Amino acid sequence: MNSLTLFYIGLFYVATLILIAGLAYRIYEYSRTPAPLKIPTTPAPTTNAGVAYRMAREVVLFESLFKSNKWIWVFGWLFHVGLLLVLLRHIRYFQEPVWFWVNIIQPFGKYASLAMVAGLLGLWARRFLVDRVRYISTPSDHLILALLVGIGASGMMMTFVSHTDIVALKAFMLGLMTFDFQPLPTDGPLLVHLTLVALLMIIFPISKLLHAPGIFFSPSRNQADNPREHRHIASWAAALERDKA
Amino acid sequence: MSHIKAFVAGQAAQEYLGYPWELGEDWKERTLFKMGDLLKKYRSLRVYMDACVHCGACTDKCHYFLGTADPNNMPVARQELMRKVYRRYFTLPGKIAPWLVGAEDLTRETLDQWFNYYHQCSECRRCSVYCPYGIDTAEITMAGREILNYAGYGQKYSNEILGKVQKIGNNLGLPGPALEDTLAGLEEDIEADIGVPVKLPLDVKGAEILLVTPSADFFSEPHVESLIGYAKVFHAAGASWTLSSHASEAGNFGLFNGNYETMRRVAMRIRDAALELGVKRIIVGECGHAWRVAYSFWNTLTGIGFDGKDPFSIELQQQLDHRYPQPMHICEYTWDLIQQGRLQFDKSANDHRVITFHDSCNVARGSRMGDEPGGQFTIPRNIIKAVANNFHDMAAETIGEGTFCCGGGGGVLTDDLIEVRVKGALPRMNAYNAVAQENGVNFLALICAICKAQFTKVLPYYGFDMGQVGGVHQLVSTAIKLD
Repeated sequence: MNSLTLFYIGLFYVATLILIAGLAYRIYEYSRTPAPLKIPTTPAPTTNAGVAYRMAREVVLFESLFKSNKWIWVFGWLFHVGLLLVLLRHIRYFQEPVWFWVNIIQPFGKYASLAMVAGLLGLWARRFLVDRVRYISTPSDHLILALLVGIGASGMMMTFVSHTDIVALKAFMLGLMTFDFQPLPTDGPLLVHLTLVALLMIIFPISKLLHAPGIFFSPSRNQADNPREHRHIASWAAALERDKA
Repeated sequence: MSHIKAFVAGQAAQEYLGYPWELGEDWKERTLFKMGDLLKKYRSLRVYMDACVHCGACTDKCHYFLGTADPNNMPVARQELMRKVYRRYFTLPGKIAPWLVGAEDLTRETLDQWFNYYHQCSECRRCSVYCPYGIDTAEITMAGREILNYAGYGQKYSNEILGKVQKIGNNLGLPGPALEDTLAGLEEDIEADIGVPVKLPLDVKGAEILLVTPSADFFSEPHVESLIGYAKVFHAAGASWTLSSHASEAGNFGLFNGNYETMRRVAMRIRDAALELGVKRIIVGECGHAWRVAYSFWNTLTGIGFDGKDPFSIELQQQLDHRYPQPMHICEYTWDLIQQGRLQFDKSANDHRVITFHDSCNVARGSRMGDEPGGQFTIPRNIIKAVANNFHDMAAETIGEGTFCCGGGGGVLTDDLIEVRVKGALPRMNAYNAVAQENGVNFLALICAICKAQFTKVLPYYGFDMGQVGGVHQLVSTAIKLD
């Protein structure tokens, strides 16, 4: 076992731990923080089933973004859908045997990387070309885009230009999951790809990538519009009532 | 627009609300303490501080940005004024690499920026419609103002009104006897005008309906025309109703300051009046933010509504008539009567008017009317069409959930901010101008007291006569047939 392999084994365990524990902590924090008042942006659904449908439209179709700006919507949606297909395709590296549907989407997942990177480049271009968006961009906004483009580009290198030893890589990944460690192939694009992915996992719980869990906790989107029918009171507000009653 | 600054609240107003009246030595600690406190109490603030990706979807959605072109009036930039402090003191990347993530130390300049720009937000929530995560700048503005108050840096206009409503009973500081006189005078005027003895009862115990309306309705023009309209509708329906001198005000500026306890205290006056008078129904007049507070928050704050399981809410909820929504908007009430065929109109009485309707932001994006989502858009329009022959909507993207704010809401309706108000009205005025030119529209119908006050002041800046502004129930009043 060479030191390079050992380094990546350590890196992936640390990154996975930070990603899972960090996200779990943030989700715990969001869920624990009370929402004292009903503040759905209306017109809003009046039932919980309606809320679930509204949330699904937001998460799958980016409905509000579609209303606001077609360019951001096109690029944002291309990127996220591309990323989803690419991620699903990657399941094949983590299991044996591979689910049949992962095999089916395999060719689509390959070309989805093009959509993903195109979407990212479009979003990035806006940060330079649109005055308003340039004004609100911070260095970290650019760096996250650079990180994602780097991940996409290094992955595409391996898919379309110089193939890595995919059999050995899969053995390495399965080994990580079963604590039966295997050597990691050492070609450049792969090492860049894995490093950037680990970095993304590490910054996820402390960056704006928190928009992913955040949307599910957004009161303006996840509350039903039924305040006249149902009394809604947060624990700290109820305590206030008891103290002053 | 950093040169525009609202007047700062003085000692009396601040102390009455329980805040210091100037920034003490410990302003920085107090600011950060309150911010941490609100982050624990409000999920909205907590999530909205983290979730923004700076996508830019909101950047061209705020009427103040469109009117002033000041980049700090872009919703995301307005939020960032707080977020940069949040990152610096409450997040890991902001502590170790502030330059990377746009985190900045809290300074006196920061606080001044907060004061300027959190009072250049009308909390209209238009940005929240277009944000992919529903980030609601109003929540951040409210938190900003609450923190400023707590540090001793309050806004004169809102905080003085919050004192008046609690000490005297309404936002305008109109004492009980003056109210009584005003109502008696109005009764005489109406009878002289139409020959029908329409009453405006005050403090009638045992009345079925308590009407709570913005105090501007009692003597401002054109507001009072709508008050006369409500009275005529009640008269035509043969309803037993009353106003209350104790709770003569529907407006609740506690919403604008983002302080839950203040908002609750102001709302409690209405619960107290309802219990004291023994009414079965509570109806709210034409007021945008009052209707949001009533519709969305009264059940939470005061138990006006249904489904309360605790003794506090049961006490009032048993008294209320369960056949009707509680509280009810005056437009819901009138539209119900129209549907039942209980009101008769001479629509031609409004023929000198070509009418358009301005959806007020708090009604449009923070409340509802009727049983279905979107009733707040259809019901007022249905009433207008039932009482008048000429109606034209403004451009689709400027009404309904995408409606533009009048530019004066959220505690901005003060002369020290007139430049912001005039510029903030620009998008609405453009849409109004379009229907005025193309369709001959000459009447802007409203259901919000602040919109009425703002437009009567601002319309002349855009070359229109201030008489083109009026209430939906003013149109009802013109057309209704009484005997």
